[in-house]
Amino acid sequence: MAHFEKAHSLEEWLDQRLAIKTLRRVLAEEYWIPKNINFLWAMGMVLAVTFGILVVSGIFLLCYYQPNVNLAFDSVNYTIMQEVEFGWLWRHMHAVAASVVFLIIYIHMFTGIYYGSYKKGRELIWISGMLLFVSFSAEAFSGYMLPWGQMSYWAGMVITNLFSLGSLELNGLVEWIRGDYVPGQAFLNRFFMLHVFLMPLIIMALIGLHFGTLRIPHVNNQDGEEIDFEEESKKYLAGKRREAKVIRFQPDFLSKDMFVVSIFLIFFFYLVFWHYDFAMDPINFDPADPLKTPPHIYPEWYFLWSYEILRPFPKDPGLVAFGFAQVIFFFLPFLDKSPNVAPANRRGPFKYWFWILLVDMIVLTMMGKLPPQGIYSTIGLVAAVVFIVLWIILPVVTKKEKAV
Amino acid sequence: MKELKILAVVVFFTLLTYWGIEPYAHSVMHKHVESEGFTYKDLKPLSKKGDPAKGAQTFMNAGCIGCHGVKSQGMPAPMDPNAAAASFGVNPPDLSNAGAVYDERFLADLIANPEHALMVEHKFSKMGRAFPMPAFYGTGGDKEQEIADIVAYLKSIAKKPEEITPKEAFETACGRCHAMHYDKWTQIGERPKFKHEIDAIKFQEKVVDYQDKLTKYLGKLPPDLSMYIRSRGEHYLSTFMENPQNLLPGTAMPRVGVNKESAEKVIEYMADVGDSKRHERDSVGKIVMIYLFIFAFLAYLWKQSIWKELH
Repeated sequence: MAHFEKAHSLEEWLDQRLAIKTLRRVLAEEYWIPKNINFLWAMGMVLAVTFGILVVSGIFLLCYYQPNVNLAFDSVNYTIMQEVEFGWLWRHMHAVAASVVFLIIYIHMFTGIYYGSYKKGRELIWISGMLLFVSFSAEAFSGYMLPWGQMSYWAGMVITNLFSLGSLELNGLVEWIRGDYVPGQAFLNRFFMLHVFLMPLIIMALIGLHFGTLRIPHVNNQDGEEIDFEEESKKYLAGKRREAKVIRFQPDFLSKDMFVVSIFLIFFFYLVFWHYDFAMDPINFDPADPLKTPPHIYPEWYFLWSYEILRPFPKDPGLVAFGFAQVIFFFLPFLDKSPNVAPANRRGPFKYWFWILLVDMIVLTMMGKLPPQGIYSTIGLVAAVVFIVLWIILPVVTKKEKAV
Repeated sequence: MKELKILAVVVFFTLLTYWGIEPYAHSVMHKHVESEGFTYKDLKPLSKKGDPAKGAQTFMNAGCIGCHGVKSQGMPAPMDPNAAAASFGVNPPDLSNAGAVYDERFLADLIANPEHALMVEHKFSKMGRAFPMPAFYGTGGDKEQEIADIVAYLKSIAKKPEEITPKEAFETACGRCHAMHYDKWTQIGERPKFKHEIDAIKFQEKVVDYQDKLTKYLGKLPPDLSMYIRSRGEHYLSTFMENPQNLLPGTAMPRVGVNKESAEKVIEYMADVGDSKRHERDSVGKIVMIYLFIFAFLAYLWKQSIWKELH
């Protein structure tokens, strides 16, 4: 056993047993961050804060929510919203954060694509991030089921139907997933478990992994410049802070993070108090009714683009296209053949590729909500084809790119 | 400056996406119905000035109280709700406050031609069924004058419009067909507190019995309205009340015929029940915003103080 001196402060006492000083140095004070990064790099912290809000508000909601098909709707809309003190606040924070977290994830993803932050040594950052995106999707979907509203029920019906895999007609699989022929008590219990236990656990593990993947390659910067972190950190520690290309995570970058977070929170709470309904489909305020189909069934806004890749095609090709859209982002680091780590606007045809992808996904999102008729289906079909073609031509487009 | 440019790009694409999936998609999926301001222009205006005293007589002679109660005048309903529903399909309304809640033109037209005023021809005469309320053919004098008198009478006995509470407006206009279980309202009245479970069960039996009759009469049990303020929103509710056929062609729901003030009260009541914390939301929101602006200001100062040594 190690030898222990008498400690003169709590910090010292803990340090002897937990090495908290080393921990703080490695995780915060000497975790080096490039100096030339803009506020888009603070989205990670914004996401961490939003996830924190989701967990805390979720715990409060969990105290009163009833995972029972007869009680769920009223436990949310009456007990939590009206009887529990400030239940409405937790509920709106939870619902708005669930939606806003996807907006920030998309900004975070497109930032990564724009600056080439997935390349050369940073592949695992990208892949772990995509795993987080998929887990958040499962978390959001399972949570959407819980109020047992009309759209919860029918979205649950439609999404679980996808598992019959088109012409394969694996209806047994669908029923196995639901635990019944239609969404019912077993279905609600399962999604409740997934939402409050299994998915959060997976997400927290993946957040740990995502942070871990950053440690060795370090975060990218605005110019895609390869920084010698060892060399630059020495300069910083020697007091040449203005010359050094790196800064400490804490407090240097954290101070910028917190400012961005504070602006984000103003936007977030504005939505919570005065525009909470943007994130909540009015149809979901009708209790689930298995005998009445809503006129239009559509997912929440953050799934609309992938829904629209499924919808304009015939059954089987649609499913293949949908599957393609779900996994293709994972392969981005390997499909981009260019040697450059640089912002898209300094690269060759990739700069057009980036903006076309962004606009195409917004078009898909809009069409995904509109009824699939007339001009909207045509635009949706074209946008879905463009999406697939973009990914197929990516290796060709980037291979020819000259080094910058 | 560069960061502001980046922010502008992010905000632009965010707003574009928002516009597409909210206001735009909404405008395509839901037909916009303009409010007619509760003017009921398709109904004939009253041409004569009514006399309440004569109206009271005509009201009695015409046999209105054979079906309707006027509790405020000591005339209880001739039948309890369940018995009435057995005869008519629905419990005929108590008319104590009809003069305050309903529009004058609507009342006059309702007396002369109930099916038309209520816009339920498609469910009755056109289907070969008789509407339970017979049209008023006059008691021998000038029919238009008599109708004007009855309307004047109903107005004279009703509470003043400003004294009608939001809940009373709802009960009169909607409460015989729609439940509001977040406020313990059933189609046969408010659910009392019972000391013995057997009484609660007996009451529930009456409610279910009434609902069954209503379902038979309308083809479908009218929905509970507890959450309608959030699932439909004010504009939909208001225009729907004004003319249900506009938004849901073929629906069994009759035109309600309320005046503008009562419509606003009905909506206020629905908001009180379905969105009871809306005032608290606003006041708490302001405090949280003040806190956050201070927080943002301090965060900015902290960032400046640290970064001045870095640049």
